[in-house]
Amino acid sequence: MHRRKANTRFWIVGLAACACKGPAESQTQTAASTPPEPAAAAPAVAKNETGPIRVGILHSLSGTMAISETSLKDVALMTIDKINAAGGVLKRKLEPVVVDPASNWPLFAEKARELIQKEQVAVVFGCWTSVSRKSVLPVFEELNGLLFYPVQYEGEESSYNVFYTGAAPNQQAIPAVEYLMSSKGGAAKRWVLLGTDYVYPRTTNKILRYFLKSKGVPDDGIMEKYTPFGHSDYQTIVSDIKKFAAGARTAVVSTINGDSNVPFYKELANQGLKASDIPVVAFSVGEEELRGIDTKPLVGHLAAWNYFMSIDTPENRQFIAEFKAYAKAKNLPDADKRVTNDPMEATYVGIQMWAHAVEQAGTTEVNAVRQAVGYQVMRSPSGFNMALDGKNHHLHKPVYIGEIKADGQFQVVWKTEGPIRAQPWSPYVPDSAKKIADWSYPWVCGNCTEPKFKLEFPLTDTNNNP
Amino acid sequence: MQASSSNQVHRSSHRLEPVLSKAGWLAFCSLLTIACVVVPILHAALPTSSALQIPTYAVTILGKFACFAMAAIAMDLLWGYAGVLSLGQGVFFALGAYAMGMNLMLSIGSSGVYRSKLPDFMVFLDLKTLPWFWRPFDSFWFAIFAALAVPGTLAFLFGYFSFRSRIRGVYFSIISQAATYALMLLFFRNETGLGGNNGLTDFKNIYGYSLQSDATKVALYILSAAGMCGVYILARWVTTSKAGRVLRAIRDQEARVPFTGYNVVHFKVFAFTLSAMVCGLAGALYVPQVGIINPGELQPANSIEMAIWTAVGGRGTLVGGALGAWLVNAAKSWFTVVLPEWWLYILGTLFIAVTLFFPRGIIGVFARSKA
Amino acid sequence: MVGCVFSTATHAALADTWAADVLALGASDVNEQVRAVNRIARRGGTEAIALLEALNDTSLQIDSTGAAYRKRSSGGVVPIGPHSPMPPKPPIMAPVIDNELRRALEMTLATLRLTSPDSRVRRRAAEEIARQPNDSLAPVVRQMLVSERDVHVRRALALSLAWVDVESLDPSVRIKALLAIADSPGTAFKPAVERILSQTEHRKPVEVDAQVRAAASKALSAIRWLETWTNLLSNLFYGLSLGSVLLLISLGLTITFGLMRVINMAHGELLMIGAYATYVVQQLFLKYLPNHSDWYLVAAVPAAFFAAAIVGTIVERLVLRFLHGRPLETLLATWGVSLVLIQVVRQLFGAQNVTVANPAWLSGGIELFAGFVLTFNRAAVILFSLAVVSFVWFVLSRTNLGLQVRAVTQNRDMAASMGIATHRVDGWTFAMGAGVAGLGGVALSQLGNVGPELGQGYIIDAFMVVVLGGVGNLAGTFAGAMGLGIATKWAEPVVGAVLGKIVILVLIILFIQRRPQGLFALKGRAVEV
Repeated sequence: MHRRKANTRFWIVGLAACACKGPAESQTQTAASTPPEPAAAAPAVAKNETGPIRVGILHSLSGTMAISETSLKDVALMTIDKINAAGGVLKRKLEPVVVDPASNWPLFAEKARELIQKEQVAVVFGCWTSVSRKSVLPVFEELNGLLFYPVQYEGEESSYNVFYTGAAPNQQAIPAVEYLMSSKGGAAKRWVLLGTDYVYPRTTNKILRYFLKSKGVPDDGIMEKYTPFGHSDYQTIVSDIKKFAAGARTAVVSTINGDSNVPFYKELANQGLKASDIPVVAFSVGEEELRGIDTKPLVGHLAAWNYFMSIDTPENRQFIAEFKAYAKAKNLPDADKRVTNDPMEATYVGIQMWAHAVEQAGTTEVNAVRQAVGYQVMRSPSGFNMALDGKNHHLHKPVYIGEIKADGQFQVVWKTEGPIRAQPWSPYVPDSAKKIADWSYPWVCGNCTEPKFKLEFPLTDTNNNP
Repeated sequence: MQASSSNQVHRSSHRLEPVLSKAGWLAFCSLLTIACVVVPILHAALPTSSALQIPTYAVTILGKFACFAMAAIAMDLLWGYAGVLSLGQGVFFALGAYAMGMNLMLSIGSSGVYRSKLPDFMVFLDLKTLPWFWRPFDSFWFAIFAALAVPGTLAFLFGYFSFRSRIRGVYFSIISQAATYALMLLFFRNETGLGGNNGLTDFKNIYGYSLQSDATKVALYILSAAGMCGVYILARWVTTSKAGRVLRAIRDQEARVPFTGYNVVHFKVFAFTLSAMVCGLAGALYVPQVGIINPGELQPANSIEMAIWTAVGGRGTLVGGALGAWLVNAAKSWFTVVLPEWWLYILGTLFIAVTLFFPRGIIGVFARSKA
Repeated sequence: MVGCVFSTATHAALADTWAADVLALGASDVNEQVRAVNRIARRGGTEAIALLEALNDTSLQIDSTGAAYRKRSSGGVVPIGPHSPMPPKPPIMAPVIDNELRRALEMTLATLRLTSPDSRVRRRAAEEIARQPNDSLAPVVRQMLVSERDVHVRRALALSLAWVDVESLDPSVRIKALLAIADSPGTAFKPAVERILSQTEHRKPVEVDAQVRAAASKALSAIRWLETWTNLLSNLFYGLSLGSVLLLISLGLTITFGLMRVINMAHGELLMIGAYATYVVQQLFLKYLPNHSDWYLVAAVPAAFFAAAIVGTIVERLVLRFLHGRPLETLLATWGVSLVLIQVVRQLFGAQNVTVANPAWLSGGIELFAGFVLTFNRAAVILFSLAVVSFVWFVLSRTNLGLQVRAVTQNRDMAASMGIATHRVDGWTFAMGAGVAGLGGVALSQLGNVGPELGQGYIIDAFMVVVLGGVGNLAGTFAGAMGLGIATKWAEPVVGAVLGKIVILVLIILFIQRRPQGLFALKGRAVEV
């Protein structure tokens, strides 16, 4: 009897609870953002044409990816401070909105939606792993948001709503493998493709397999292995690498991501794998990741990026000084030992390019800014004029290959003459070679084999695919 | 007198209590109306500038919470009434979600990023054809069937072999946790063919309706809320029946029940399987609202959180499960935005406080103060 | 007069080319550096070897006049060569060295060392050359073989010739090469030997001469035998090292689970606290005792034990004491405790991992034989785990406390009526179990990452070991841990790391369903949860 009365009481409470919105839902919205069609949108007036411009920052501040992503948040805030100190954008200050998706991919999607719909940000700078990007992609496309993605990735994508300031495989993976094949790099004949088990290593290794095959490497000359995120026991794998490498020049291409790198390199060093014998080139290990490792046993192993902190240009010296000053001013942990790396440089460049695009477009409205971003050229810390390609939404980037030094910095052993254009669809993969990423007329498409619109007189130079 | 009363007992022996009292039915119907009628009206009919208008993303959040509440009611049925603490209910939830997710993936067709008939993750894995176990999921109804059947079968087998070997109490909890972990590892592998770490995402349509339209989202919410209410009635029906009595007897004094002629294993397996199927259904309703299913749902931590929803609300009262799920998830949504560093402290203390000081949960607190 | 001028001129000329070569070593173009290395190698002599060795281990310093010095690890420099005045004249710089230069250096050094008077040095150099085909060195090696007397060096030299000689046109040379391979087999030669024994598309043998084929099969069976033994031993070692880790993490749990029937879901966090205690001790050593920083590990062991024991006691007094006899509630409450502990550590030390460096005496390994390296850190963990097990066994079986613990485990009520203060014994036992978990954390800090979520990755494994081995049973835990470790490492090369783990987990679950009490069950009537 008491229990039934209690039950009844609680159904009533339940009604009441349903009737009020929870605290998360109680904030009203000043203007609805009905998701406009991607291609044709009414110029949406006002989210707010006065007051600060809100900018979303979507990076993991905890979890397995925090080791890499926290510094992206720091450099983003620094760049925003720098822009505000120079007067802001369109005479309005930028206001950062930082959320922590905690290395949890579904949470990335939820936070992205929150940033766009609830926080009404004009642009989002974020994501690191390709899984996180693939999780948020549907959200950005549905809500017509804008994402700047600063990390090297596997290509095979070009979204209307994303600008990629990180390297595509032809700007990182392929040049690294070519270097290792050359006599300068050790003339490797056999290859170990070692990665974490998710989309970026899987796709990159797929592309590399086709590339190696096109260079005449037989199937049994390639060993492919995957470990889950957070894996820490590499004894057997390193021993297998040694067995595989016996008798022929072998190189290891590592797409291991996150904190698994620490036990991997430790095991490499302990089992006596010398870099001059079996060089390991990593695509996800930069200055920031090396900060947490004892680098003496790693000397000589390689990484391929589009920027190193050790590049000696006045632009880079200024960038590093700015960041160190910012770290000291904000009392970040280990402020004097902070380093800069490629995704940080890409974030730095990306935010400024977006700011310039907004100035050019005269508004923060996504459709206008998107067109303006394609015009942007900027001098990067690596000392080159970097252009953002409006056709495929990727940044032109130079390629550097560096060897790890005992102090955790990189020594450049090879580099391109200047920035090279990205090929989001790899010409080595048969299915992808036919696809074009070109958001200009008549293609207006990120993954088509035929243009969307027909021209009355087709262009004679149909070489839209670089 | 004795004879007639025993006759009366025999005639109505299959139902010793009504499913809900009159007041209970009144409250239930009001809640059902508010949830399935009033909320959608508040969303659709009011202009967006009104303070009472419920925005679309809020409707989706309410729908998600309703799915959690469904799973919590199932958990309460299993733990509060049968005394079996399974730390693997998250597995059944996720299996149901994957079943629906597979159908949603296949209905993307060629409008994915790679423009291929195969789901995107199969393209970057260089698969050329659809694996055999994907093919039947082209049909929406098969996916619903699988969302019920797969968790149910797994629960039946696992439960039968475990309960038959008299594994109970903490041992069962540990084993269920280990099985959850093993399944999570299996789903994280890309070779398993279920999307690996990426999971299944980028859904476009469900049963022909676009997932991006407001109407679909509201419809899914209504289905979830109605489902939650329906599951509640189903659970009440079970617990107020003779089977419910037996379950409670198993919970309280398992050693004695066989002596009264009831087969403990059968009843436990029944409760476990029913609970699993309800969790599967909840998962199937959850995934189109969230837009992604990923092996992270299979983490042991998620299943343990389900236990705390039930404990917070009040074990052994089905309402408690639903209430606990709503409260804890609402608190989580709020805290992870406003005071993210404090959320884990609060959740952790909640676990400790509820087990130490409020073993009967919130409902227990009120019931005690009433008495 | 002319002779004097001539000799000083020659001396000066020689000095000039030496200095020029040294300066060229510091060039920024690696091709120039390689040429300089070759020139220096052609000189020969102990100074050339010393110079190149200094370059290889990055201790070389050169000044602007071409004088070379070697930096000592204890500070200061030592001159190399006759033309290096002391003290060195600044500015001095260290030449930049990259892999290309290292590769050239290694071969050059190996060739130079072949002429060393020390036979051990010659042997190592010959073995280095034998690891990969190097056609250009073959004539040099042949020459050395003629004058070499030492048996081991001859064997290694013959092996390095085998790369070339297996392709020789003369069958007797091929046979000699194959016999050399059979004598000191290595996996590196397997492809070449298999090619000799293979057949063309038309099912005709590639190698026509039957005697050569016989020698080749002898070589192949020698290689296979070596591979089998290497695999066996390395899998055994990896399995033992994984087993020792499992043992350390589950030892504490078997004590608390066995005695108090407490399901401690915060056990992983006790491991984590031990690991962080190690980190703190390391930081203290780096700050106050930088010269002895390598020995922080010794101090970390008791520190971790006590830190974890203290936290465990707090948990026991505040939470577990009130949940006696309610195992399911204990499970949930300790899960809550684990969440709180993780968040506390996160706020104190940051969400990211902290670096715990292996001390120098634990880094590296020794190559026992071809391909199998016994890494020091894992060997140390194996020994450490054996020490911890012995310590726990000693406490349990030889001390008063241990006697009381065993009594309470077997029959709590009976023990209480014999006058044992069961609550006090509970407290001490939980503290000991927690302390042992802290020791496990010390080992984990040496093997992998240290972060707030360290414990979450190991809790399931710990429970599996305990349940498999039989609750409250030291022998069971030992057998369970080692067995699981070896089984996992045997499965890994066959099906991969993840699938192997899944299979092992499923097997354990099935085993428990057949035999719920585990491998070594405690006997007695009151042994039910």
